[in-house]
Amino acid sequence: MNNIVILPIIIPLIMGMILVIFRKSIQFQRWMSLIAIAAVGSTSIYLMTQIKEHGMQTLQLGGWQAPFGVSMVADMFAVLLLATTSFVALCCLIYAFGSIGRERESYYFYPMFLFLLTGINGSFLTGDIFNLFVCFEVMLISSYVLLSLGGTKIQLRESIKYVLVNIISSFLFLLAVAYLYAMTGTLNLAHLSVRIAEVGQDGLMTTVAILFLIVFSLKAALFLFFWLPGSYSAPPTAVAAVFAALLTKVGMYAIFRMFTLVFYHEPQVTHLIIGILGGLTMVLGAFGAIAYWDIKKILAYNVIVGVGLIMSGLAAFTSTAITGSIYYLIHDIIIKALIFLLGGTMIHHLTGTSNLKDMSGLIRTHPYVGWMFFIAALSLAGIPPLSGFIGKVLITKGTFEASYFWLGGIGLLTSLLVLYSVMKIFMNGFWGETLLSEDMEKGTTKGLMFPMGCLLAATVALGFGAEGIHEYVSMAAEGLLRPELYIEAVLGRNPMP
Amino acid sequence: METLMSFLVGILFMIGTYLILAKGLLRIILGTSIISHAVHLLILTMGGLKTGGPPLLGLKNTSYTDALPQALILTAIVINFAVTALFLVLSYRAYKLVGTDDMGQMRGNADE
Repeated sequence: MNNIVILPIIIPLIMGMILVIFRKSIQFQRWMSLIAIAAVGSTSIYLMTQIKEHGMQTLQLGGWQAPFGVSMVADMFAVLLLATTSFVALCCLIYAFGSIGRERESYYFYPMFLFLLTGINGSFLTGDIFNLFVCFEVMLISSYVLLSLGGTKIQLRESIKYVLVNIISSFLFLLAVAYLYAMTGTLNLAHLSVRIAEVGQDGLMTTVAILFLIVFSLKAALFLFFWLPGSYSAPPTAVAAVFAALLTKVGMYAIFRMFTLVFYHEPQVTHLIIGILGGLTMVLGAFGAIAYWDIKKILAYNVIVGVGLIMSGLAAFTSTAITGSIYYLIHDIIIKALIFLLGGTMIHHLTGTSNLKDMSGLIRTHPYVGWMFFIAALSLAGIPPLSGFIGKVLITKGTFEASYFWLGGIGLLTSLLVLYSVMKIFMNGFWGETLLSEDMEKGTTKGLMFPMGCLLAATVALGFGAEGIHEYVSMAAEGLLRPELYIEAVLGRNPMP
Repeated sequence: METLMSFLVGILFMIGTYLILAKGLLRIILGTSIISHAVHLLILTMGGLKTGGPPLLGLKNTSYTDALPQALILTAIVINFAVTALFLVLSYRAYKLVGTDDMGQMRGNADE
């Protein structure tokens, strides 16, 4: 029992509710949301040290013992994602200070941002499948509001599609939960794992597993990504960056959790399907990324390629591949936020257009933005000293170990296409003849460079310091590969009902 | 009884899917609403349908009713209520601004 586990959920929740009251005092809202997210970040780092020393931390809410009550579980995987999430959310929040505009700020932008984080953190920490559904809904409802806040034509149009897709996937989630409950009689993840290991994962259970895979694939944009490019290019930059960095990751986290803890008995069916979907996702995403001349579209399709790569690590299901996936997941959260912020800066603050054919030569007036984009592009493609490299190497090695050679090959080929697609932005946007003089620009980059600089420093540091966090990452991978650790942490040695 | 309920759930799903595939925004929202009822009924059915059993285990009781599905449905109904309300408001605003409730015309292109 460790009460600290609940803090990452209730700090943003309570702070968000307080900030709803102080609608007019924008400075107060800014500072308070900054403090709340920083507090969540430091809590997660404290939890990380605790887990390293004493193993997984759990909290049985209300004192009800594990299979009866709702449990919160902080294992290393969840807490690593929690810490990265807080860091990225902090950077996007600081970016939002300078770019989101007074109008949105006074209409509950900050409370909604905090509620979004409540849902995300809750999804990471929960140890109960129905609670996962509730946390997903908290996250989704805040994301509906953030997506449509501002009420421009394109935002409303895209949010209707986004809301509809997510409502349907929520129904499928409930459906899958209902079937699972009918077959096992429990909702606690650890207890589910025990029960399914006892009765075996037969065909019916595998069908339910695939239903869960469909649900989470819709959220994680694994193959079912048709909704993503439209809705991620509608909201303002800071919101789009948070969505790209965090929302799909929550879906991926859920897939990792379900298919390493609960449905891991039939990898030749479920994990092969994940692998095929991952390969298709990478190929289709890369085609999308090289096909468009619209910066927002190119970046949105790059999100999809990342999803495919991380999922191929899970499909291989070896220790190396899972370690690689965790490295890449952390890298992907940081780099997607950075590249969306940089792209958004180019569109909304410099050129006023998202069409690459209408811009060129920005590097003369904005050398820092240009070179930051260059480094971010290299990191996105996984060029050696930067953070994408280590994850990509380990995932490729893992897929080869599991003799999924085609999957590793697709991963390598698509990273070339990714490099081409972001270099296209760099060459067209930054090189060439300078068309815009400084006074023709739409806005300034004042106050926006600091958060982007922090993210850039993080991706460089993660690249050079990959050895430093290796201990934590391998512990997270061990927790995923050995479900008995999770089960023991949650259920203890209680007699099983 | 369970079989009957399963058929009912199937029929509701059928109607809901038909409505979601329609072009009018209001029909789509009604469709999601009907599917939500279907899902809630399904959860209730999956818990087992019994009459007369108390929701507690006791020494004298021979049968008991599982109370958990009801708690799950209550949560799901509240969430669905909020989402439907938000969706209605959103579609009203979109109708006002875009000028149409036809999903075929909401496709959108780059020139807008």
